[in-house]
Amino acid sequence: MKPAPFEYHAPDSAKEAVDLLAELGDGAKVIAGGQSLVPVLALRLAVFEHLIDIRRITALRGIEERGSSVWIGAGTTEAEIGHSDRVARHVPLLSRATPLIGHFQIRNRGTIGGSLAHADAAAEYPAVALALDATVEALSPRGQRTIPAAEFFTGIWATALAPDELLTGVSFPAAVNIPGGRQGFAIEEFARRPGDFAVAGAAVAAGLDPGGQVSASGIALFGLGPVALRAAAAEAGVLGRSVREIDPADVGRAAVADLDAVPSDLHGSAGYRKKLGAAMVARAWEKAVKEAASG
Amino acid sequence: MADVSIEVTVNGQLRRAVVEPRLTLADFLRERCQLTGTHLGCEHGVCGACTVLLDGQAVRGCLVFAVQADGGSVTTVEGIAAPDGTLSPVQQAFREHHGLQCGFCTPGFVTSVTAFLRDNPSPTDEEVRAALSGNLCRCTGYQGILAAVRAAADTTSAGTVNAGTNNAATTNQEAR
Repeated sequence: MKPAPFEYHAPDSAKEAVDLLAELGDGAKVIAGGQSLVPVLALRLAVFEHLIDIRRITALRGIEERGSSVWIGAGTTEAEIGHSDRVARHVPLLSRATPLIGHFQIRNRGTIGGSLAHADAAAEYPAVALALDATVEALSPRGQRTIPAAEFFTGIWATALAPDELLTGVSFPAAVNIPGGRQGFAIEEFARRPGDFAVAGAAVAAGLDPGGQVSASGIALFGLGPVALRAAAAEAGVLGRSVREIDPADVGRAAVADLDAVPSDLHGSAGYRKKLGAAMVARAWEKAVKEAASG
Repeated sequence: MADVSIEVTVNGQLRRAVVEPRLTLADFLRERCQLTGTHLGCEHGVCGACTVLLDGQAVRGCLVFAVQADGGSVTTVEGIAAPDGTLSPVQQAFREHHGLQCGFCTPGFVTSVTAFLRDNPSPTDEEVRAALSGNLCRCTGYQGILAAVRAAADTTSAGTVNAGTNNAATTNQEAR
């Protein structure tokens, strides 16, 4: 046994879970699939007195079409998302990102809520949530609220969730509802080996109007800062322009130009990562607009 | 810290135990069920040696707490062969194609590949490589393992549930 001792709770409802969170305070942590949390506990990078397991809360699982959005329960596994026809049809970027997460054994346990709440800078789902303007749902004893993805990721492994808030689900706009009519989506990453965390990556959602002008652009970066980031300058730089006049390499360069906290470690220096990030954006942009133009 | 009562069906047998919440499923299997075929390498989810099937799905035994498997059903490498000891097609193929050397990683490979071929009986070579990426082997250089999975896939997708001697011999000859 490697983790420090903890008390285990497995409530049956989200309400009970947040009441426990409120009652137990800072010493409590929510566990879902545990694929990031258990290694952290095993290495004793963190110690918690209480783990609140959400596995019995059936209301936190599922993939549903709700109006013009697709709602995915926080406890839904990455494997379930990867195998879902509904996700493939309405949130193709999420489908395409899923095989890049860990290995299939990890995806069998890992959940979308866990991935978003853990907020690893190099993880795929936070970048997808940013690129698609997803909305995160959180429950606390004070009630339910929604948080736009753009405001959710706040720092290294940090989110806008309050200590007594439970991430209950996430809503993605269905593909047809992103303004622009014709859309394309792509995610590109570079990792040393399949399943490793990306050294750098980019997720792109692009919309084109009938005249071939860019009407929507979501460009998110991962592995390139303390958290997944939106490349706002690059997005603004392509909006309203004819797609034929846009050089993907320029989009890539614009996306990394303002980055000021790029990680530097044995997998790559900050300078290398920026070049790699620009290349990933360029590739993803090219693929996304190609798909949009053919749609 | 309060211990927790759990019930887990392991290789078809119901096991009841009172465990510390921090006991991993892998440690539960090894120390409480005496099923030491599940090996522990890194103990933080990287090497794949501890892979078992939980409710049919391949998972890292070191990244699941035993309390989280309460009410579930686990298959370890000890539960892969037929009750009379006849090797499964995957095990037979690993044997025929030198898919192991020291054997430490083998239980994780066998359980992972068993689940993978059940869900994808006719994989491409690329899919096989992706499926094996979550298990580390330090001896074989992986070529024997790739050949074994290919052979097991060809055997099972040909409709032969138990890889008999004749089939294995044929596969071997083809591999040469």
